[in-house]
Amino acid sequence: MTAGYLSLTDRDRDEMLAAIGVDSIDDLFEQIPESVRFTGELDVPPALTELELIRHLETLAAKNAHTGVELSFLGAGIYDHHVPAIVDTILQRGEFLTAYTPYQSEMSQGVLQAIFEYQTAICELTGMDVSNASGYDGFTVAADACYIAKHAAGRTRIVLAETLNPQVREVVKTYAPGFGLEIVEVAHEGGVTDPARIAAAAVDAAAVIFPQPNFFGCLEDAPALAAAAREAGALAVAHVDLTSLGVLEAPGVYGCDMAIGEGQSVGNAQSYGGPHYGFLASRTDFIRRLPGRIVGQTTDLNGDRGFVLTLQTREQHIRREKATSNMTTNQTLLALGGLVTLAWLGPHGLRELGETCMSLAAYARERIALPVAFEQPCFKEVAFRTPRPARDVIREARALGVHPGYALGRDYEGLDDVLLVAVTEKRTPADIDRLADVLEEVCA
Amino acid sequence: MDLIYEKSQAGRRAGRVPDYGLPVPEVPASLARKDPPRLPELAENEIVRHFTNLADRNFGVDTGFYPLGSCTMKYNPRVNEIAARMPGFAQLHPHQDDDGAQGALELMWELQEILAEVAGLPAVTLQPAAGSQGELTGLMLMRAYFEDRGEGEQRDTVITADTAHGTNPASVTMAGYKLEKVATTERGNLDLDDLRAKVNERTAGLMLTNPSTLGLFDEGISEVAEIFHDKGALLYYDGANLNAVVGRSRPGDMGFDIVHYNLHKTFSQPHGGGGPGGGPVAVREDLEPFLPSPQVVKEGDAFRLDRDRPKSIGRVRGFAGPFGVFVRSYAYMRAYGTDLQAMSETAVLNANYLLAELKDDYEVAYDRLCMHEFVLSARALKKEYGITALDIAKRLMDYGVHPPTIYFPLVIPEALMIEPTETEPKERLDAFIAVMKTIAREAAESPELLKGAPHSRPVRRLDEVKAAKEPIVKHAFAERVPTGA
Repeated sequence: MTAGYLSLTDRDRDEMLAAIGVDSIDDLFEQIPESVRFTGELDVPPALTELELIRHLETLAAKNAHTGVELSFLGAGIYDHHVPAIVDTILQRGEFLTAYTPYQSEMSQGVLQAIFEYQTAICELTGMDVSNASGYDGFTVAADACYIAKHAAGRTRIVLAETLNPQVREVVKTYAPGFGLEIVEVAHEGGVTDPARIAAAAVDAAAVIFPQPNFFGCLEDAPALAAAAREAGALAVAHVDLTSLGVLEAPGVYGCDMAIGEGQSVGNAQSYGGPHYGFLASRTDFIRRLPGRIVGQTTDLNGDRGFVLTLQTREQHIRREKATSNMTTNQTLLALGGLVTLAWLGPHGLRELGETCMSLAAYARERIALPVAFEQPCFKEVAFRTPRPARDVIREARALGVHPGYALGRDYEGLDDVLLVAVTEKRTPADIDRLADVLEEVCA
Repeated sequence: MDLIYEKSQAGRRAGRVPDYGLPVPEVPASLARKDPPRLPELAENEIVRHFTNLADRNFGVDTGFYPLGSCTMKYNPRVNEIAARMPGFAQLHPHQDDDGAQGALELMWELQEILAEVAGLPAVTLQPAAGSQGELTGLMLMRAYFEDRGEGEQRDTVITADTAHGTNPASVTMAGYKLEKVATTERGNLDLDDLRAKVNERTAGLMLTNPSTLGLFDEGISEVAEIFHDKGALLYYDGANLNAVVGRSRPGDMGFDIVHYNLHKTFSQPHGGGGPGGGPVAVREDLEPFLPSPQVVKEGDAFRLDRDRPKSIGRVRGFAGPFGVFVRSYAYMRAYGTDLQAMSETAVLNANYLLAELKDDYEVAYDRLCMHEFVLSARALKKEYGITALDIAKRLMDYGVHPPTIYFPLVIPEALMIEPTETEPKERLDAFIAVMKTIAREAAESPELLKGAPHSRPVRRLDEVKAAKEPIVKHAFAERVPTGA
């Protein structure tokens, strides 16, 4: 029994079996009825030493065209932003990495204070009163928001702007039958959502969820969308990009009830889609309806400040079938990466990040010799019309070493010839020049 | 310790973003930010010190023994961290075309194969983000399965054990089902008579952890499966306690139709202070069409994401799942290879050793061998000395041990749920036994020592009631800090 990470010696084992009063390991498993005991050998690949394991995984990793080897303009929800060097240094501290949910607060003041600081940062960015400790990702937090809205508003219709990330809409639709929700989608007009259409759809709705910036990279008239929702008595929920909130207005300021989104852009590697963190913040009114963990400030026996998990009567381990959610595990470590990154950027850095993204997107818009699909101002993504289906353009551009972006036809009927190009501060003007040249060659 | 916001100095900064000298387009005035967010303004070395000091006020498996029952706090190998950070994995975009992600897809496919073998079920989705989302996914699969059979309206109830994790009943509600609870016998098994009375044509299924949250294997599991299958209902296996039985018993062989795994428990994804996790789900053959989309498939020597799944319940999270978690768990499995069952054997041995050594000092809820964890009760200590499970937990901190799970399962008064895991050497177990015996003695001799515990942590016992009564959930900024922008 020296396999893997086990450490008992034969002598240890004999002593322990004797203390238990059994003769063998098999005796311990006799409580499993014979008919359901597994007595064979698992049909799994053989064991590897650490060195062999590294070699094996390096071989697999080498088969992937990652953004370090292929110049990539992929975005559409996940972005290749710079993760500061200090993030991994801090996340690799075993006291953070190998701890669990801080039920025992005196053992966990470090992570509890960090989550409190994270909640503060999310509230500052979004203009909200309260944030949870994180959700699974930027997709499931939309379902969480629907659940809150249903119970808060006592209504069951949810309005989704079609300009929301398609996967956000898919997740909401997957959750809808169990939640007892009816989903209505509002089509875009010229790449953005018409507030009048939202106003019409929002009658009797529990919530309206819209993005800012939207999936096409365009800036929505978010204040007008929020107003349209609220006038109809629906909660206004903005799905926002944290990297934009140094330059774009906080949803709380323009009247939203909740702000949600994907945190990956701030502090997480792309990692083929996860793990990342979703953020969910709201006005104070919904504090007792939020899903997941919330950290609160309190005092100890000496009257000194300390932090604890709070409002736990919302949660499954106390409230069981009456809980606001079934959530246990969240994404604390990834959210910590977000907090460290936000501290590293500070208010100036966050603003510069937004400005650099916008300036690069504007440069791409000017430099690439393709018509833009939508005329609206954009943030860090631009949609271009391609003379042939975008998926063909992508394939041919990749053969030339550049991944030019995302084919909107994957999700939107009638947009087969639209290519969504994303930039981050990691793409240089020279990179965009190369993209422009490749697209010119491929689209000629 | 000061908050990072209290250390902030206007105008100070750490990171800088490249300025490429390009003109910055104007944001329309109605959409532009007016007041900058009050993010902290610190030098980089002060940020590192802040979080290093916070880490010093935290406790992980790397710090010491962490027998938190039901959470499987095993060692998290560092090689797995190196693996997850390989650029080919960490810098891979989730929308990369399949031909540019063959290594990632191959790893996911291999992981699915191993998970299927462990569960004894043929089909696996890796998508769910955590065990709780795996539960919800499983219930959505039940719904889709019965709707497909025209029994969607009829089957409106899901049964859970009274010992179940809180997630089970919460998931049942979120999935839109009615909840029915089944009792536990004096031996800790499901009450078969109670079950027979409750399972009928309205039952969609059962959610069960086996071994149960009491750390006991349900000896009547085959009869349980028969009761449900006879009525056309399904059995869902909550994999929270899978670490007890890998390679020794397979949920599929027990009669379960749907199984979720907790990659952060059984397969060592670090818990990260509360996440991330991973909650793959395995199903029997006829449930495969309902699994979430996309699904990793192998065609010849190539792998791809299959999105053409007309009967699928849809998507439960973004992309194909928490890939970085898959890398770590796959690496963990490959370190054991065909000796994977030794992991569970040792976990069960370690738990039984602790149980044997502690059962004279604490009350044992069920006098039988346990699986990978067991539950002690402080009921007698409470009656005699007024010492509760909470006091014992807090006192353990003074001895450098993370407390076990307390007050769960709810059916055991003053419960202490202890799970040592397989990666602890015998010396750690012996030290814990000695500490627990000392605390039992202290309870009798100097109970005030326990009532006032912990004495050695950065804070004393914290007032949770106050925190919930007047919630303070973010920093109260004194005034708007000038930013110098």
